[in-house]
Amino acid sequence: MNWSSLSDFVNMGGYGFYVWSSYGMCAALLAAELWSARARRRRAVAEAQRAVTREAT
Amino acid sequence: MNSTTAAPGVSIFRFSAPHVFYPLAGKMIPWFAALALVLTAVGMYLAFFVAPTDATQGESYRIIFIHVPSAWMAMFLYVVMAFWAGVGLVFNTRLSSMMASAVAPSGALMAFIALWTGALWGRPTWGAYWVWDARLTSTLILLFLYLGFIALQAAIDDPRRADKASAVLALVGVVNVPIIYFSVKWWNTLHQGASVKMTGTSMATTMLAGMLVMVFAFWMYCIAIVLYRVRTIMLERDRRSAWVKDALARNE
Repeated sequence: MNWSSLSDFVNMGGYGFYVWSSYGMCAALLAAELWSARARRRRAVAEAQRAVTREAT
Repeated sequence: MNSTTAAPGVSIFRFSAPHVFYPLAGKMIPWFAALALVLTAVGMYLAFFVAPTDATQGESYRIIFIHVPSAWMAMFLYVVMAFWAGVGLVFNTRLSSMMASAVAPSGALMAFIALWTGALWGRPTWGAYWVWDARLTSTLILLFLYLGFIALQAAIDDPRRADKASAVLALVGVVNVPIIYFSVKWWNTLHQGASVKMTGTSMATTMLAGMLVMVFAFWMYCIAIVLYRVRTIMLERDRRSAWVKDALARNE
């Protein structure tokens, strides 16, 4: 175990800003990618469904 | 498709038919996503709780566990993107071009994460967020190649013409990948050389293990998101085709 306490962990030996800015940005961007991919898929499914109903009527 | 003209046995080309590939990709996504989650959990545990403090860089080196995976994926995804774009260009296969389009945003994201984490690692180790060093500059060019590919596709209305034009860009840009990889050897750069080589490694075992687990985690994540995105692109482009209608009816 590298850390004696939570604040020790957050502090990252004085490099907390650099380490957590890296991990934070990475997590935020991957979350944004997932969110936008899902939104795009929902749009595409809705559009395709509309195309099917248009054809049927 | 006429079954009498199909080659006997299982042909690899069978999977390139949209009505086969679409549900298959859909079934594969949860597996790759689950693998990515498990590997990330193990990798993060190794990265923060098992891998020791670096003797020279202290705790700042822990950025490596996302920096190296994202940088490797950025390069690897570019080759994958150029490969599919090239296949689409040569054999005129639509699904290959859609694969290239699906890879591009993830590649751009990986390149950006590599640059961002690299800057935050460079500041405490070199004293600068950014230097115009060969490795950094060529990685920035990689990001611009991805963005150029995406922008070119968006700029051309006809999807097949867009595929062809952007495929040429992707293929020309491939030359940048070996430049990135060998930049630390060819030029005298600030960026450190490879810690992992064919002949062995200069890293502690647990550091290396954590890094490799994270590489696989990023890899699995990228496969999952690319498959997810290519399915969306297939729906967007084939909206009016019979297979989409069938797929929607079966709720695939």
